[in-house]
Amino acid sequence: MNKPLSDKSWQYRQLNAVTPGLDALSDALIELVAAGEPIVAGTADLQYSNGLAKFHTLHPDRFVQFGISEQNMVSAAAGMAAVGMKPYVATFASFLALLCCEQIRMDVAYSKLPVRLIGHHAGISLGFYGTSHHATEDLAIMRSIANLTVIAPADGNQLKEVIKAANDYPHPIYIRIQRGRDPEVYADRQPFKIGKAISHYSGTDLTIIATGSTVHPALEAARALRAAGASVGFLDMATVKPIDRDAILEAAGQSPRILTVEEHNVLGGLGGAVAEVLASEGLPVKLTRHGIYDEYSLIAPPTHLYAHYELDAKGIEARATRLLEGRA
Amino acid sequence: MAFLKDRAKFCRLETIRLIEIAKVGHYTSVFSAAELFSVLYYDAMDLRRGEPKWEDRDRFMMGKGHAAVGLFPILADLDFIDRDVLDGYTRLGNPLGDHPDMTKVPGIDFSSGSIGHALSAGCGMALAGRMLGKDFYTYVMIGDGELQEGQVWEAALFGAHNKLGKLIGIIDRNGYQLDGSVDDIIGVEPIVEKWQAFGWETHVVDGHDVAAVATLFRMLKTDHERTRPVMIIAETVKGKGVSYMETEPGWHLGYLDPSDAARAIAEIEAMEI
Repeated sequence: MNKPLSDKSWQYRQLNAVTPGLDALSDALIELVAAGEPIVAGTADLQYSNGLAKFHTLHPDRFVQFGISEQNMVSAAAGMAAVGMKPYVATFASFLALLCCEQIRMDVAYSKLPVRLIGHHAGISLGFYGTSHHATEDLAIMRSIANLTVIAPADGNQLKEVIKAANDYPHPIYIRIQRGRDPEVYADRQPFKIGKAISHYSGTDLTIIATGSTVHPALEAARALRAAGASVGFLDMATVKPIDRDAILEAAGQSPRILTVEEHNVLGGLGGAVAEVLASEGLPVKLTRHGIYDEYSLIAPPTHLYAHYELDAKGIEARATRLLEGRA
Repeated sequence: MAFLKDRAKFCRLETIRLIEIAKVGHYTSVFSAAELFSVLYYDAMDLRRGEPKWEDRDRFMMGKGHAAVGLFPILADLDFIDRDVLDGYTRLGNPLGDHPDMTKVPGIDFSSGSIGHALSAGCGMALAGRMLGKDFYTYVMIGDGELQEGQVWEAALFGAHNKLGKLIGIIDRNGYQLDGSVDDIIGVEPIVEKWQAFGWETHVVDGHDVAAVATLFRMLKTDHERTRPVMIIAETVKGKGVSYMETEPGWHLGYLDPSDAARAIAEIEAMEI
């Protein structure tokens, strides 16, 4: 059980007194437990970072603390699923997707076990903690694993709906989230359909396709561009795999330019997935993949990094403008 | 006990027969574990013949998944898989390969192939069993060379910390791995002391003595209040039953040509029942 926390402690500050959005993961799982689902949640010494502390407090008998042993956590979750539980295990995306890649491939995906892998603090959101903690390869790695579905919700509300949709989904899922306290994109909880993009706008000049943590800033950029007179479409591609081919082809049919935006290497992630669809159809669309350009990310507070890599609203708008003006 | 010895013999002979189909395989990894397989499947584990999915069954999984060729004949013998599936071992489209696959083979409780994951998965099964209020036991067989994998020790910590008393590990301590003897490659001794230090109940047993192994498993199952996971260190001989394999460690992976196979079969047939 969790002990009472000092209000000076880091753990206390992670709890909802300071950062209410952090509870999304716990709230979603609590709903499933209330519905009688055999949910079990696990973490690798990060219950305050991923917001599972609330779930732990409410359901100590359904919570497993694995300590700093991520690989053991993933394999054990597979074992739990093999005998009828519905495990949700969470740790930093960098460690989950990279350190445990093989456990995910063999024990979870190959065996088609309904384990939900929550990679949090994805992208460069861990800022000054350093490049070791940044996950800019996880989408590419997870996307290449057969049987594995890959979803990156944009905010806490969408995360809750993703988890609801995941409950009876027959495949393992990698769910990529950021800090769990991202700005709200979806004020209301809208039912989530795995594999279906969410279209916000359609446009005849440019379509921006974003996923996960970049949906909020990219949507702001799209609105600014639209306000300035450009016809800009917008797709939230929350499910990166299986990707919504129809939505991509429809966007390509409407606008001659597509800009993908992701907090990830431009190789192999959302941009790569969109490129595969466009290339396989031979469509004459100018595609620009925006993200981290195949380099190790710098160390800085996250806001500084987003500005540096043009992954904040202003940066994305600038990137889109260059594309619209034929300068990139 | 004659029956259990006979089933170990059956396991060895079938292994030779099946590897003849693939033309390469892990004879010696099966031969060291043949008595352990026999006691587990015909005496220790709670199973129902012909019902591989019975949900209260005891679970068995192998970290040393390359010994699956010795397990498949037993699964067929228990009516978990069809004989003609067994006889199609490794043929295109057949579910049986060098390593066990839970998605394709009824009676395989967990897939393996990558060394070092199984004890972790066993921890998950045992813990989930407790959460679900089930009484089944989870058995995990691992190789002594497998102890070189770091994840095994993550599981060792986890199993003891979570008091997984219905988790029973078995180390098939045959002393050899692919490149040579475990002692020469990366020594893992002292095995018993290591597991004890990690908080596990340990037992050392002659892994070819079916009576001793069966007695040990029965004794373990009488203690329903156990809070420590168990690690059985089974002293075995790699290639047990075939003289030239027992003395020649290079047989981790190999193929017996027909004349060598005939000698091996004769020696196995001559094993005492």
